[in-house]
Amino acid sequence: MPDSAPGVVTAPAAGLTSPEPAPWSFERLRRPAESIVIPLAALLVAMVLFGLFMAAIGKNPMEVYGLIYKGAFSSTFAWQNTLQRAAPLLLTALCVALPAQAGLIVIGGEGALVLGGLAAAVAGHALAGAEPLVIQIAMALAGMVAGGTWIALAGALRHYRGVNETISSLLLAYIAIALFNHFVEGPLRDPASLNKPSTMPIGDAVMIGPMPGMDVHWGFAYGIVYCVLGWVLVRYTVQGFALRIVGGNVRAAKLAGLPVGRLILASCFLGGGAAGLAGMAEVAAVHGSANASLIAGYGYAGILVSFIARHNPIAIIPVAILLGGIAASGGLLQRRLDLPDATVLLLQGIAFMTILAAETLYGRMRLFQPKAA
Amino acid sequence: MSSSPLRPARRQLLQALAAAGIVASPFGRVFAADKITVGVIYVGPKDDYGYNQAQAQAAAALKKMPGVTVVEEEKVPETVDVQKTMASMIVEDGASLIFPTSFGYFDPHTIKMAEKYPKVRFAHCGGLWTAGKHPLNCGSYFGYIDECQYLNGVAAGHASKSRKLGFIAAKPIPQVLRNINAFTLGAQSVNPAITCQVVFTGDWALPVKEAEAANSMIDQGIDVITMHVDSPKVIVETCERRGIFVCGYHANQAALAPKGYLTGAEWNWLTPYTVHVKDAMAGRPLNNFLRGGLKEGFVKTSPYGAAVPEAGRKAADGIKAKMMKDQYVIFKGPIKDNTGKVAIAAGTEHKQQDVALEAMNYLVAGVIGKV
Repeated sequence: MPDSAPGVVTAPAAGLTSPEPAPWSFERLRRPAESIVIPLAALLVAMVLFGLFMAAIGKNPMEVYGLIYKGAFSSTFAWQNTLQRAAPLLLTALCVALPAQAGLIVIGGEGALVLGGLAAAVAGHALAGAEPLVIQIAMALAGMVAGGTWIALAGALRHYRGVNETISSLLLAYIAIALFNHFVEGPLRDPASLNKPSTMPIGDAVMIGPMPGMDVHWGFAYGIVYCVLGWVLVRYTVQGFALRIVGGNVRAAKLAGLPVGRLILASCFLGGGAAGLAGMAEVAAVHGSANASLIAGYGYAGILVSFIARHNPIAIIPVAILLGGIAASGGLLQRRLDLPDATVLLLQGIAFMTILAAETLYGRMRLFQPKAA
Repeated sequence: MSSSPLRPARRQLLQALAAAGIVASPFGRVFAADKITVGVIYVGPKDDYGYNQAQAQAAAALKKMPGVTVVEEEKVPETVDVQKTMASMIVEDGASLIFPTSFGYFDPHTIKMAEKYPKVRFAHCGGLWTAGKHPLNCGSYFGYIDECQYLNGVAAGHASKSRKLGFIAAKPIPQVLRNINAFTLGAQSVNPAITCQVVFTGDWALPVKEAEAANSMIDQGIDVITMHVDSPKVIVETCERRGIFVCGYHANQAALAPKGYLTGAEWNWLTPYTVHVKDAMAGRPLNNFLRGGLKEGFVKTSPYGAAVPEAGRKAADGIKAKMMKDQYVIFKGPIKDNTGKVAIAAGTEHKQQDVALEAMNYLVAGVIGKV
């Protein structure tokens, strides 16, 4: 194989020339532009398809688009709604994106989230009476360690025993939820929680509350910081580079003497830690204790976010906000147009399919190739 | 810091209220209004043949009341999402009365929103509101549906040949245990030797497990099944397909089992909905603790199916008539639990309103299963 890198695909079919206008004047902007223009174009296609579908069932697509915009991005209220819904997705998406750097497809973030929440609730109650800040830090650490360990288990099974991590992480999520229910409804149940079994409350003083000046809880900030740190780690550190080599070719990484096992475990731990932190934020910012409301599917929604972001930690931020916005506007679609909740799922599904289909276009459009090649 | 986080939201709220014409006069909210926007929030799909459908039926009936606009949102999880849904109904649609219908919406979500929007009324379905502890602009409504489960039991007791009944339940929490016990006691009023096998699936909507439980019960010779899960659809269909009897729950499922449907325990949420809407429109304070059973019209039974024997209809109707006159006590001592311990001592009567029933943590004798 002389040269199979995407940059040197020589003659793309003439018909594939992009409809975009004049090429960029700066040669070095071509490549980065590719990873922005392609997903945006895919989204546009998704919106058009969705609009056609809406028209087919007798709704005015323009009105639907208008409501999506109104519900998601048109006002301070809408923005806060959007950001709040994006918050857990930032962290659960990292649970997919970070192990993906090492070539693993982990889809069990839900398990890490609920166990992280449970560990955080236990830590919060065990330390009752200490300084709130101390308790909050302990809760965050407990959540991250619990979630991280859980996903690291899937990584270990893969590395040491060759078990497919996609399946094992999913099955581990079922086990995690079963364990969670067992503890919440059994040994750790607050006897006062009659019809909604919960762990002992951590107390109002320990709750982390909204960020100053807005009605969005701190989980959003945790997510942004974690995404940025994850991006720096993956892009600008030696460890991150080593991780990507493992993801690119494990045999080459082994040949180069890289500690493959440790890198896989570390990426799984950090990813699971992110989901665990999301669980901690649910407990500390929303529910005040661990209960079945934590099992809300954020872990699974994160898979979608990470794939659309092509497992790039920094791209997770806009994608999570976009999906948060779609979720935020879903209510308005239901209320104003009498559309079922599945409408939003449909839009998400169409967007997911078009974006994945657009993946095949990378490196195939001359517009985005530096001329020198 | 305490005032700034609210500022943008409050401005939005005022704009919305102004747009809705509610603050057109300085006394707008105090006096009667001839128009109201009501928000109804469901945890599952509106057409689930169960819990959510029962609420949605009442919401659909509300729409016909003059001056009432209803906005609905389904499949809203019990997370911060429901807070955002409530807020956006208030801010974007101008809703001034909200029905958050899922149990898990109350603490912390409804309480938090009630504190944040003191002029909006929140009527939660579940029965947790406590005076002095929770805000006055929120309250709870609920129905004593165990009365209907008792009548289900009476019909089942008459229809059963094997004297073995089955109950498929989500979780062993007081509300559910009360239904299982009432159903069993109702059947035992026909024949004290009747037993009731209970299976807890672990969650509110697990159709596959529910179907498995129904099939395994039928294989054991059980010939009447009832349930307490969010959507009884698959259980009712499984029973019909396997040719045994079934008693419904939440809503009327007769259409799913034309042959085997005996009767069912149904909610009639329109009664509390109407009270809250009328109070709101007349400017009366919110009724914080609204409850009732058959007598008050909060619950009702499905019409009898063809399979209920004449004697069963008569017995059930007789007890129902007493319940309507408040003369029938379901939980009356002596009652033993299924481990042999005394649950309710002889001479003790727990009437429906008795809070002791809300902490029920046992299964009565004759129930096969463990809490």
